[in-house]
Amino acid sequence: MKDRRRRSSRRTPWAYFVFPLPAFVLYVVFFVIPTLQTVQYSITNWDGYSANYDLVGLDNFARAVTGDALFTNAFVNNMKFMMVVVVGQTVLALILSVLLVRNTKTTIFLRALYFFPTILSSVSVGFIWKFVYDPNFGVINGLLGRLGLSEAQSSFLGNDDQAIYWLSITQIWFHAGMMVVIFVAGLQAIPAELYESAEVDGASRWQQFWSITWPLIAPAMSIVVAYTTIQSFKAFDLVLSISGNPPSSSLDILSTRIYSSFANSEMGYAATESVLFIAAIVAITFALRRFLRLVQRGES
Amino acid sequence: MTGKVLGFGIRSIYAVLIVIPLLVVLFGSFKTTSEIFKSPFAPPASPSLANYAEAFSGGSLIGAFANSAMITTTSVFLTLFLGSMAAYGLSRIPGWRGWLLFGFIVIGMSVPVQANMIPQYVLFGSLGLLDTQLGLIIINIVVTLPVSVFIMGGFMRTLPAELFEAAEVDGAGPWRNYYQIALPLSAPSIAATATFLFVMHWNDLLYPLLFISSEEKMTLPLALLRFQGEYMTNYPLLFAGVVLTSIPVVVAYVFLQRFFVAGITGGAVKG
Repeated sequence: MKDRRRRSSRRTPWAYFVFPLPAFVLYVVFFVIPTLQTVQYSITNWDGYSANYDLVGLDNFARAVTGDALFTNAFVNNMKFMMVVVVGQTVLALILSVLLVRNTKTTIFLRALYFFPTILSSVSVGFIWKFVYDPNFGVINGLLGRLGLSEAQSSFLGNDDQAIYWLSITQIWFHAGMMVVIFVAGLQAIPAELYESAEVDGASRWQQFWSITWPLIAPAMSIVVAYTTIQSFKAFDLVLSISGNPPSSSLDILSTRIYSSFANSEMGYAATESVLFIAAIVAITFALRRFLRLVQRGES
Repeated sequence: MTGKVLGFGIRSIYAVLIVIPLLVVLFGSFKTTSEIFKSPFAPPASPSLANYAEAFSGGSLIGAFANSAMITTTSVFLTLFLGSMAAYGLSRIPGWRGWLLFGFIVIGMSVPVQANMIPQYVLFGSLGLLDTQLGLIIINIVVTLPVSVFIMGGFMRTLPAELFEAAEVDGAGPWRNYYQIALPLSAPSIAATATFLFVMHWNDLLYPLLFISSEEKMTLPLALLRFQGEYMTNYPLLFAGVVLTSIPVVVAYVFLQRFFVAGITGGAVKG
């Protein structure tokens, strides 16, 4: 057995095709085919258990885009959430990483500390922030009350107009540390000589940032922005744990909306929402990439 | 000078913002409800394990802990095994074929769960795998294979081909090259992948929520979520649950930090 394997392998490099085979079989059967089936389901009115269903063409799409207040609400919430998280998290992480770019004991410790929330489960983070925001017993209102600033107290997640923005802050707290690590790696890849010669030429720290750091951080920036965008669409666990299942409508985003349709036995329609969800992610990621390229070219 | 002070200030403020909620949770898990509402920031006046005892008393949390441990360990191990085999094979296939197959599996990283969870649910149902631990393990493997192949495959491609060729001259076949050369030399990337997978599988809520319906099969995040429904604003009890859930990842983070950062940011290119 051993000898045959040896000999055959030397003659036939396709022996290497056998190694990925188990992974590929699982991947195709349980991942690729279901992904394609989502598109197939999206044009049916299947409820998930009946034997029969009808092809309804683009009716589901028409319903989602024009006539479904719940879907529109989730979409708008998701857009607000994404905007705040992408801008807030990227700017915060960039500032922090510029401050932590050198490797000293303190900076290494701080990077590890900032990263810490990333390893917690969304459910844990949801509970923590539910208490932070609790209108009656919560940390922020308690602090404001003690400082004599009771009029600044808020009901936070209970305030329908603001809830999604408070959720954005939680999301940033949760994930900014990871973006700091990515930015620091990008910053450390910039050759130190560039800064040295700029220093010799008398450039200020500010000028150095705009003429060296900003253009050269572009690769890390596009990773951070793309990842943050996708994450803000996937914040499913966080929403459910901070708001309950099903979430309040002010915190409903696309991923929770799809889940609710699914839990409501509207398989076909949930699949339609999934297709739209993916289309939105692709379109936004693409647009953001173009936008970033423009901005970074303009400034450099 | 003012810049330095400002920088120090920003770093410190953010550090405080990270630490305070964590301390509130840790302290809170040893307090009574009235104490946590009165003084959320102070260390517990008379630390009590009552919340932990209550969290355990129902029994569901212990069971969930055991379920999570079993499912996570098995999923991580099998994903590493299948993923490293795939990564190795693909990195040894020369030319465009290797890259094409690599790309085909790695593109799965950018497919969000919502893109395939509904047909997956139907498929697992028809195979009788819903509400089973085996079903969860399979879905864990499938969903994290792309990122695992990406991290480990990227690393294995950097191993010099001469190493394998020299071993082949000595009579080693692909299988021996896999476990005697590729695996040991890729240890850092395997460790990074393992920590990443551990966090992903341990913390996942969506698939357990989707697949698991009976209480005795619940994983920790799912049990915690149910907990919240039952206890609403009994924060000390919820926080005891949070602490218990987080202990394994926190311990791992303290000891394996560099792999964590490498793995999670390696997975971050996901997108």
